[in-house]
Amino acid sequence: MDFDIQKIRSQFPALDQQINKKPFVYFDNAATTQKPKIVIKRLIDYYNNENCNIHRGDYFLSRQATEAYENTRKTVQSFINAHQSDEIIFTRGTTESVNLVASSFSKKFVNKGDEVLISAMEHHSNIVPWQLACKERDAQLKVIPINKNGEIIMEEYYKMLNEKTRIVAVTHVSNSMGTINPVKQIIDAAHNKNIPVLIDGAQAMPHLEVNVSELDCDFYCFSGHKMYGPMGVGVLYGKEEWLNQIPPYQGGGEMINEVTFAKTTFNKLPFKFEAGTPNVADVLGLEKALTFISSIGYKNIQKYEKELLQYTNRQIKNIDKIKLIGTAGKKTAVFSFLFDDIHPYDTGVILDKMGVAVRTGHHCTQPLMDFFEIPGTVRASLAVYNTKEEIDQFIDGLKMVRKMFV
Amino acid sequence: MSIKEVESQVISEFEMFDDWTDKYNYLIELGKSIPAIDEKYKQPKYLIKGCQSQVWLHASYQNGKIQFTADSDALITKGIVSLLLRVLSDRTPDEIINSDLNFIDKIGLKDHLSPTRANGLTNMIKQIKLYAMAFKAKNQKNQG
Repeated sequence: MDFDIQKIRSQFPALDQQINKKPFVYFDNAATTQKPKIVIKRLIDYYNNENCNIHRGDYFLSRQATEAYENTRKTVQSFINAHQSDEIIFTRGTTESVNLVASSFSKKFVNKGDEVLISAMEHHSNIVPWQLACKERDAQLKVIPINKNGEIIMEEYYKMLNEKTRIVAVTHVSNSMGTINPVKQIIDAAHNKNIPVLIDGAQAMPHLEVNVSELDCDFYCFSGHKMYGPMGVGVLYGKEEWLNQIPPYQGGGEMINEVTFAKTTFNKLPFKFEAGTPNVADVLGLEKALTFISSIGYKNIQKYEKELLQYTNRQIKNIDKIKLIGTAGKKTAVFSFLFDDIHPYDTGVILDKMGVAVRTGHHCTQPLMDFFEIPGTVRASLAVYNTKEEIDQFIDGLKMVRKMFV
Repeated sequence: MSIKEVESQVISEFEMFDDWTDKYNYLIELGKSIPAIDEKYKQPKYLIKGCQSQVWLHASYQNGKIQFTADSDALITKGIVSLLLRVLSDRTPDEIINSDLNFIDKIGLKDHLSPTRANGLTNMIKQIKLYAMAFKAKNQKNQG
């Protein structure tokens, strides 16, 4: 199809506003994306006409909502090319997906003296759950180093895989720098030693086509709200063989087969991991987010975002005393940067005045900031609805910052 | 001059600015010109943690009045710090405790003091008020 940026933008009501009397430029997409009308409408329709609890009620609305919810599971399955829909668990988001695996997998498979491997560029949500698990299981958390461009040092990684390694958990795309990690090689190397791999896909799903069967990852986690869907819903993909082996994460309704005060037997997949009333509305909203992405197609998204990446790179380099953090060969349109002599907070304040929304701070990756020996960065992260005109406004903002802090 | 009088002075100064760039340039100038805190006070003990910009605050009590010195690693934050100290330093504990600081709202900088703004300023004001209460309590104890 033809890529029509104005048509895409017109689907996002939130983009059409002024901030500080300037067109609103939203460059904080790695934190969360704006939502297209079809997603918003889906939520409204659900609560207007379809709301009820699912999997239980023996009446029309409940059957209808149950079907819609379970159909979304199938949509997600085919979207990421999982083998079966039972391997799709709905969660609150990437954080909960990682916590689920860290907790349940470790209880079953991680023991004293074992090792868990993560990388130096992980988001706190792919660090802390493993720290908690390792502490509980008396295991060691090992960190794969990165180079100054913000890329995993693969030779070091290969050396770190050993007979004590129980699982590898790495991000597909870095939230702070946009680095696209060679996850296929990471997975293959681990599998050569029979070690399973979890991939944090929160920052990949909005930008790259993900095929979990091809990747052969054991777990893949992502959030709806970073890929044009609602907040509060996410996905854990897990290979059936693993999900069947690991214990439930939370107890409650839905996840049980039979309960007596003496003991409980658990429901089969995927319900075993979906305790309590599910987030039906947001799951249905997520389905529409997938529809939105499919309507453009990942090929077009990647091609267009690459143009934005190159366009920004060309311009940002000409600004005085700016330093980019994260210059990997393969990356998404994320620009983390610092002025030599200006605090990120000051930069963020002036950009806000110029109508440009960016994130400043450590981006929930404090160990990564320590690695670069900086307190934080300013991060501009782009999405498919951003334009070259917006990049110009952002660059003008940076020039203004430069001018004001002589 | 009372706190209120200094506040109105600041407000009329800010009324002269035509647009936001003038205002922020002024804040940046203020940030540069604030007498920096004595290096010996720039240590964790005096640090008020914000998520992004940090503020150091030191208080001393002389002749019934509290003197504050402060610093920040971000210039805009430092500019606002200097306005706050202009109003609140060299005041009695009671004056500080009773101040409402609504001049910040009037000069259009209120959102810098919102608790969601991770610049340490909200905590700095809390800390200033705590110092005032502490010195007041100490004072009453000494007199009693």
